[in-house]
Formats: sequence, structure tokens, C-alpha cells
Amino acid sequence: MGLDKSYEAINARKNEIIKNAMRMDYEQFENEGIGFDYEAMMKKTGYSMEEMRAIQLEHGVGNTPLIELKNITELARKYAPAGKGARIFVKDEAANASGSFKARRASIAVYHAKKLGYKGVIAATSGNYGAAVASQAAMHGLKCIIVQECYDNDKVGQPEILEKQRICEAYGAEVVQLTVGPELFTTHLSLLEDTGYFNASLYTPFGIAGVETLGYEIAEQCKERFGKYPDAVLCTDAGGGNLTGTARGVKMAGAADTKIIGACIDLHGLHMASNHDFNRKSCTTGHTGFSFPFVTWPDRSDTPRNAARVLRYMDRMVTVKQGEVFYITQALAVLEGYERGPAGNTSLTAAFALAQQMDKDQILVVNETEYTSAGKHPMPQLTFAKQHGVEVFFGNPEDEVPGKNLIFPKDPSMIKAREYDMLHAKKSYVKNCVKNYGMKSASEADIQFIMDEIRESRDFVVKELAENGVK
Amino acid sequence: MAKAKKGDWVQVQNVVLKAGHRAPQVPEDTQKCDLKLWVKGIAQHDGEIGEEMEIVTVTGRKAKGILTEINPRYIHDYGDFQPELLKVELQLKDIMFGGDK
Repeated sequence: MGLDKSYEAINARKNEIIKNAMRMDYEQFENEGIGFDYEAMMKKTGYSMEEMRAIQLEHGVGNTPLIELKNITELARKYAPAGKGARIFVKDEAANASGSFKARRASIAVYHAKKLGYKGVIAATSGNYGAAVASQAAMHGLKCIIVQECYDNDKVGQPEILEKQRICEAYGAEVVQLTVGPELFTTHLSLLEDTGYFNASLYTPFGIAGVETLGYEIAEQCKERFGKYPDAVLCTDAGGGNLTGTARGVKMAGAADTKIIGACIDLHGLHMASNHDFNRKSCTTGHTGFSFPFVTWPDRSDTPRNAARVLRYMDRMVTVKQGEVFYITQALAVLEGYERGPAGNTSLTAAFALAQQMDKDQILVVNETEYTSAGKHPMPQLTFAKQHGVEVFFGNPEDEVPGKNLIFPKDPSMIKAREYDMLHAKKSYVKNCVKNYGMKSASEADIQFIMDEIRESRDFVVKELAENGVK
Repeated sequence: MAKAKKGDWVQVQNVVLKAGHRAPQVPEDTQKCDLKLWVKGIAQHDGEIGEEMEIVTVTGRKAKGILTEINPRYIHDYGDFQPELLKVELQLKDIMFGGDK
């Protein structure tokens, strides 16, 4: 081979490696200036709804049950004003092959890899996506490598990530595990280069489009059962794919008025690339460490353009606390008889609080669950937290300091959904455009692109650009 | 010291980047650590823990590194019993069904 495998050298070959590993020409969608044609990219490189549903059906994905959480709804109503307390439903995505909604993304990505003739697939993920890619690769007879950020410097790993290693290996994948750090991406590139495998990134158009079936099914199931579309759909948000894909599917089904709400766990103060902080989180995704940076700058992924762009779809975003999510996870098990999560329980926690603001006859859908197991259950998570010096007690979740303590709400009335400032996020997005593209002036096309990205008026965009020194 | 035989299922460790040579955006505490990598595969020769080992992974890829484990065990489990979860359970049952006692 003889290639220079230093960090700098691999990164210098990034564009070429990605191109070979996806055979997708992103250039064709680029506009003059800062923008690109998002819809053209989704249309030209993705699959139609019918094609995706057929592919997924053939590979153990989709048609998951929509379950009414009657007891959790009743519990929420005990704390809601008269007439309030929307019906809470959850889409049981644990029923997919590999046990999470991520199978929707992987099913399309791996199908695409097989169609293009690749011998194997690689994905960089510490999450359920690894299991999903491994499972789909097994079905297609493709080789699979999953690259995980797994351990701290002492080779101590989050129990949740250790489980994700196990399940990937159970599906026949090779798992490459790394200590904490963003350089994981370089190892990912190096493996793509060495193997010639397909980059089954989470952020490709087909990876995101695969989730559209989830939103579509939710809208369809509600229409069929209740004669109307859901009033709101809640999605846990991290890299943005879950929310973007679901929202697009909901809209495609015709549910134009359904509100799309993002939810994530408040992990303020913890640095995502810190060796010390790494094992002081009691959740591994769906938290502010991923969601906030991705909301305000989506193009930070392992693809030239990220197909997950939440500001195009998200009406509101709320944060919840770790202790609140553990409380609701327990409620889901003992009041509803579903042992699920942790994924999905972040948005379920937010749903519990938000349902109390909505009318009784309204319908609120939480868009996912995931399989629970050793490592993922609240018991190993709490055991791990305590081993790392995190104090666990009952009190007011408002006092929770991520990494220092984990506060169970004293009672369910203390579970809150805290509003994230969407306006501030939109302003940050504009600021990031100016900074990352070194914008000095803005063309009409640039302005239009930003308007589409953040769903704001021309006046708003022009004013924000001016605030950042752009004419 | 435990010894691996050729053909055993093992795990090896590598250093990808040395401490101090990490990506510039990495925070200070992580800068002080090597970026380490672990991967499992079939041992290509006999060797002891701590020695250099060549492996072939399940995808057929050749890799080498320091032998760290032989027949590596999954160590994650359901953890210790957590009384907080029981307290939540009892509270929820009381709020929801307490009146039926």
C-alpha cells in the first residue's frame, strides 16, 4: 500500500476517500456561493417512499405498532390544568430488526451499498446505528466494520456502548474501538481507504430518507385510527437524522399542521471530547452535546453535505434532565409494561410535560423506542454513574449538574420540558454561515438558501447577516 | 502470564496517536492521553499478553497490536440493584392506584 497514514495525510485525502466510498457526486447540487439544492439532493440520490417501504419490509423493518400509553397519559393529567393532558402514543421502533429506528436508515444505506457492488460497509457510530448496519449487512451478505468511540484512557467504557459493541459482534461485524476523541473520524477514513468499503454514514440522503417511512407511518396510523393526523410528533434529537427524516415523512403523508418538536437531555458543562467527562454522562446520545452543535451547523458530519437539517423542520425544541428521563423510563416499565430505552425515553419525558400543555383530545406521538438489555437498562447506568462519583438523589431536577449529580424528581409534577430558544439557534446558524464560509457579501441565492435553512423571512436573514458584518 | 495459541480469539491494542499529538480541538485532559484502538480477531501465532500479536478480523482484515485479551468476555451487565428505581416504582403505583388499597 505504502500510503502515508499520519493524521494529517489521511485528512488531506478526505474528499477523495469519501468520494470513492460513496460514489456520490455532491458537487452537482452545489450552488454559487454558500448554498446547495437540498431538495434536489434528496430527490436524486434517495429512493421513493414506495421503494423504501418495499426495501424495508423485505428486511425486517417498518410497520411498527403505535401504542397508546394510557397510564402515563392519566398520570400526566393529574398534574395538568382542567381540560388539558393530550393522549400520549409511542411508536414501538424496538420491533424493527436490530431493535431501533436506526434500522430504517441502515436498511436503505446497506441496500444502496449492495446495489453499487460494494463488498462491505463501514459506519462510525457508538449508537444503535452500528447494530442496525451490522444486522442489515448480515442480511445482504456484506462485510461490516463499526468504528466506536468507546473507552476512556483506562479502558473503562459506558455500559450502554459496551452493549452496542456486543450486539454488533452478535450480527457478525468487526468492531474497532477507540478512546474518546474526534480523531475517530480519521480512523474511519483510513479503514474506508484500506478496505474499499461503502461509507454507511448516518448523514447521507438515503440514510435520512430511510427515516421518512417512520413519519409517514405515524401520520398514516393516526389518520386510520382517529380520523386525523397527530397534533405533535416528538423526536429525540442528536445528529438530526431522526427528526429530519420523521418530519419529512409526516409532511409527505399530508400532515401539514402537525408540530415537530425536538427533545434532548441537558448535559451542559460536559465536554464531549474530554477524557474526564466521557464517563460522567449517564446517557450516550440524544443530548445537548450533539444536538446543539448539529442544530446550528449541520455540515459537521462525515459527508460533504449533511442530509439531516433540523432547522428546516423543527417547530420547537425542549430539554429535559437525566434524572427525569430515568424516572419516566421506570414509569414506562411499571405503568405500561414496556421495558424500553434509553433511546426514545428522552422524547417521552418531554411528552409527559408537554401533554400537560395540550388539550385532552389532542394526540402527541413519541416517534421511537429501542430494545433494552444489559448495559442499557437504568440499573447498570446508575451503577456506573455512582462508580464515577456522580451523586444520585431525589430532589428538584432543576438543580441537576451533569457529571456531578443525577436528580430524580421528588414527584412527577417536577418533570419539565424546558424551551430551547429557537430564535437564538437561527441567529447562531447565520453566524456560523458567515464564519465558516468567510462571507463578506451575500447574493440573492445565499439569502434564499438561508431563508430555507432556518424558515425565516428575507428581512430576518438580511438583518442577521448585517449584524455579522455581511452586506 | 496468559498465553494465546495460534487460532485463538483475541483482542489487540494499538496507539493511533501519541499524547500531545492529538487533534488541535481536543481538550487539555484528552491531549495528555494516547488515542488507543482495540480490535478483535484470530491470533496468527502463539503469544503472551503484552506481546506483539498479528490477527485476522472477522472481515478478513489483517491487524496487529499488543495482545490484551484472550477470549475476551463481555463485562457489561445489569449492574447493582438501585433502590431509587424501586422508590419510583412504589411512588408511581401509589399515585396511580393508591386509592384501591
